[in-house]
Amino acid sequence: MVKSIKDGPDVLYIDRHYIHEVTSPQAFNGLKERGIQVFRPGKTLATADHNIPTKNQHLQIREELSRNQVERLSENCKKYGIELFGLNHPKNGIVHVIGPELGYTLPGMTIVCGDSHTSTHGAFGTIAFGIGTSEVEMVLATQCILQPKPKKMRITLNGELHNGVTSKDIIMYIISKISASGATGYFVEYCGSAIKSLSMEARMTICNMSIEMGARGGLIAPDESTFEYLKKLPSIPGINDLSSSINEWKELRSDTDAIFESELKFDAGLIKPMITYGTNPGMGMAVDDSIPISDEKDKEGSSSFLKSLDYMGFKPGMKLLGHPVDYVFLGSCTNGRIEDFRAFAQIIRGRKKANNITALIVPGSKKVEEQMVAEGLIEIYKNAGFEVRQPGCSSCLAMNEDKIPQGKYAVSTSNRNFEGRQGPGARTLLASPLTAAAAAITGKITDPREFITEENKIKK
Amino acid sequence: MPKVKFDIFESTCVPLPYENVDTDQIIPARFLSATSRQGFGDNLFRDWRYTKTGEKNGEFVLNNPAYNGKVLVAGKNFGSGSSREHAVWAIFDYGFRAVVSSFFADIFMNNALNNGLLPIVISDDLLKKLLGLVQKNPDTKVRIDLENQTFMILSTGDAVKFGINSYKKECLLKGLDDIDFLLSMKSSITSYENNKSIVK
Repeated sequence: MVKSIKDGPDVLYIDRHYIHEVTSPQAFNGLKERGIQVFRPGKTLATADHNIPTKNQHLQIREELSRNQVERLSENCKKYGIELFGLNHPKNGIVHVIGPELGYTLPGMTIVCGDSHTSTHGAFGTIAFGIGTSEVEMVLATQCILQPKPKKMRITLNGELHNGVTSKDIIMYIISKISASGATGYFVEYCGSAIKSLSMEARMTICNMSIEMGARGGLIAPDESTFEYLKKLPSIPGINDLSSSINEWKELRSDTDAIFESELKFDAGLIKPMITYGTNPGMGMAVDDSIPISDEKDKEGSSSFLKSLDYMGFKPGMKLLGHPVDYVFLGSCTNGRIEDFRAFAQIIRGRKKANNITALIVPGSKKVEEQMVAEGLIEIYKNAGFEVRQPGCSSCLAMNEDKIPQGKYAVSTSNRNFEGRQGPGARTLLASPLTAAAAAITGKITDPREFITEENKIKK
Repeated sequence: MPKVKFDIFESTCVPLPYENVDTDQIIPARFLSATSRQGFGDNLFRDWRYTKTGEKNGEFVLNNPAYNGKVLVAGKNFGSGSSREHAVWAIFDYGFRAVVSSFFADIFMNNALNNGLLPIVISDDLLKKLLGLVQKNPDTKVRIDLENQTFMILSTGDAVKFGINSYKKECLLKGLDDIDFLLSMKSSITSYENNKSIVK
């Protein structure tokens, strides 16, 4: 923190700033109007991810406005001296996938990006959160933003996860318990033995969806898993002596007497594979459960509840197992990492995609794509009838051509099931990569545990 | 961007009695491709405002000629989801100057304050009452006085004091901008960098 303003926000210094093509052009326009330069161009990293196509990336982008945005990003990065991993660059990918995998996200940093899923980076013990474009301009101009201090919430998850239950199910379970606004105004720390046992990829999935319960951000204290992940990276920009940095990062944890304004505890053993049935991420349930009769958390909100079910084409009390599905989307900053593609592959291996399913299989980055090739995953997908696309945000927000048509049902590993999120009239059912894979094989909503035997344990 | 000063005003209201209105509803992602801040008002609440075939949806409140005004009154947890500032630009561009709800998402709240759109938090009970009044009588007016932080329903005299941090209040009243403030702090920022920054 640079300075505290009386009765106002604090001036917070930003160690790492990520930008992309959609929320940055107006910020650069602002700099131009003021006639000022980017203050610390070396601390901003850019990628094109939100609106890019996931097929034929070597060709010119067909959609004119999207092409214009991507070109503007390139121009701005060149003009102001910002490093850009743009379209077709070997390090291109979704901003929240490439930051960690390229070593730009490090413990203890303050990290912002004009994207609400910036909370992802909290998995490394960072203070990371999404900002608006005015704030992007502030960071470009001064490397600082003004932030009110958030309240602190601690979510402890102890107990053992069942087979077939992933970190996506953990976070969807928590959101279903506390609602889509249950953590608004808070910064969340996740801890407990079940969190500690997770890989870095799995932790990123949890921190990623912190925003879906309204939290500014979510973080997990760095530990051996964090350091092992960092040690395996080919290089870390700006770090020459990793072991001495690790010694410093070991000190990054909440004080034992830290006060949390809110304290929640959950039992990992109670969590089953999850699915959403409504139009906000809080409307989730175990995949084998029935849709509630009314909004149990908020009787007053019943008109919103019924409006939501009506949009989805569901009725209160209905079971979703066996309900036909049209699309399956594997990817996004929530589930677009290598582990997610491995998990999906474990279910589809040796099986065939159902005929009624259109699948969008979109790696989170070029690096993930490369690794899929190296591990032979591409073959598994191909043999099961799945086409693997090129990296990007794709159908998560459907700014490109990867839209789910009107009225169609999509089991999606992304993060938002809002009305029209995946295309006008699209009906999104959020789930884990395992649940998505099970639906892709059977063509309907399926409990992924059906595909899991004692010999073939799938766990994340 | 420098803003106009926020003055006291009275206005009729536009009711949107839904909860959890996310920024994808306020401005769908497919309309985020512009590179300026203007013109987003045309697509405000696009998929509620227009039918699948592109005609105006007569049932949606923005298409009801009885309702207009500078104040949007919405159900709780307004502005959740994506951080897109385009949502605020769209609301402002359409002509709203304040949004009233019992609860706002954090990023939306910051974005609104950075663009001269005042988010006013009132109690669930008062929100329910206000929505009822406005739905019954579209001519129901409210008075918003930022200087004194008061929000009043004129016909009933219900008046409440709303919260806002004093720095942001001053920015809105004087039409000031965070960036000017931060630029004036460059020397503190540089000395902070020399002492503390993790990545040099």
